[in-house]
Amino acid sequence: MTSIIEIEGLTKYYGDRLVLDAVDLAVTPHEVVCLIGASGSGKSTLLRCINGLTEFDEGSVKLDGVDIYDESFGRTGLYKRVGIVFQAYNLFPHMTVLDNVTLAPVRVHGRQRAEAEAAAMKLLELFGLGQYAKAYPEQLSGGQQQRVAIVRSLATEPEVLLLDEVTAALDPELIGEVLKIIRDLKTQGMTMVIVTHEMGFARDVADRVCFLDGGRIVEQGEPHMLFGNPQHARTQKFLERIVAAGRLQAAG
Amino acid sequence: MTRRPGKGRRTIALKDRLAPVLISLVSVIVVFGGIAYFVGSAPQWPRIQLQFFSVEAMIEAAPGVARGFLVSMQIWLISLVCIGVWALMLAIFRAMHGPWFAPLRVFAIVYVDLFRGLPALLMVLLFGFGIPALNLPGLPTSGLFWGGVALVLSYSAYATEVYRSGIEAVHEGQSMAAKALGLSQWQTLRFAILPQALRNVVPAMLNLVVALQKDVALLSVLGVRDAVREAQIYTARTFNYSSLVVAAILFLLATIPLARLTDHLARRDRQRRLQGVL
Repeated sequence: MTSIIEIEGLTKYYGDRLVLDAVDLAVTPHEVVCLIGASGSGKSTLLRCINGLTEFDEGSVKLDGVDIYDESFGRTGLYKRVGIVFQAYNLFPHMTVLDNVTLAPVRVHGRQRAEAEAAAMKLLELFGLGQYAKAYPEQLSGGQQQRVAIVRSLATEPEVLLLDEVTAALDPELIGEVLKIIRDLKTQGMTMVIVTHEMGFARDVADRVCFLDGGRIVEQGEPHMLFGNPQHARTQKFLERIVAAGRLQAAG
Repeated sequence: MTRRPGKGRRTIALKDRLAPVLISLVSVIVVFGGIAYFVGSAPQWPRIQLQFFSVEAMIEAAPGVARGFLVSMQIWLISLVCIGVWALMLAIFRAMHGPWFAPLRVFAIVYVDLFRGLPALLMVLLFGFGIPALNLPGLPTSGLFWGGVALVLSYSAYATEVYRSGIEAVHEGQSMAAKALGLSQWQTLRFAILPQALRNVVPAMLNLVVALQKDVALLSVLGVRDAVREAQIYTARTFNYSSLVVAAILFLLATIPLARLTDHLARRDRQRRLQGVL
């Protein structure tokens, strides 16, 4: 199967510090890839290189076989096709939920406001947020805000969704509602690259898990292989710490 | 229907609630009454009263000073609008990044350094006397106009910095989210950053508004017949300074409510932020 995302030799420095060390990663359509690893292992940086939010020093990222810096994308094409959701939601606090969701379709992609609002309402209702359309973000719980952020990134109908630790800022009882949406999206066939600390979730939802350490993908494989029978010493050590912290039940 | 909480839960006796109020009231009256008595009983007080607080002189000077005060307020309002717009433009210049906007950025930085470093009075003299003296064709020659321009140029430097601090206080996640949605640099500022920044800067900006209200008096050195100038004219004629006190009272009447409003908004803003943290 051809890849929708193809990363080759991706290298990135912050100053003198090497954060990504010649990373290769290919994602096929409808695949869900989870990136796991300790803080500072480069997984969020890798994610942000995929949609051009972070510039990299060497290597290439291709979307559907086309380099993401190719002129054919124009200024906004890449952002339309690859959506991203952040840990801190980053909703615009001075806009209603509906305005947050319609901002990009109306202002960037030139859709009629009425048409964009109808589409946004449909999406909000689909995700159980219809009654909050006129609310402001601060009136919602963290879980609701993060769901709105997901809807906002879906409003431009992206082909790939990048999720950057989207449950890390949430209270434990609110994580479930956000994870449910991600599972629903997987069912609908959305291609996703997910940076997460929720190992149990990664094991459930991912088609493939990549363990990053020191800016490299040390080990990758199907979740039951990587969690159940890690081959690499660093992966084993990382997973032992996770199990000790109670974040993942030991396999078997 | 649920019972309102609080009733009968912990009642504070009327006596206990009133005591602090009474103590405050009495102590204020004693202290300020004491000062008033001390000043009033001084042997020089009648002379001071005649010189500064003569009721007849005040009444006589009031119409002229009030007329001048209206001029002051007009200059103040028009300058305010110009400063608000011009400083916002400079702050936007400053906030645009990318090599193409370097000239605008440099212009804004040099502008702020220059005009913040010069005394406002010097600017007023330079523009108010200097430019009309050139007799340039097509340009206004009124000291009032050029003095106002000097005030606007000078205060815009401060206002630019206030706007800039407001823009920088908006969390960088906001511009990252806007970029990820495909908004251009200008759209990011216009739709995501500025609406939040403007809300952030209201208390700090009101401080400038109050300061400007007083600094309009600088234009009196150009012969602009504002409140201070009118009061001076009366003083020069009668050797009585009560007219200046009239001007002072008018300025206080205008600035104190604004200062209170600033405090109120700053407090509300702080509370809102605290709520945001909790």
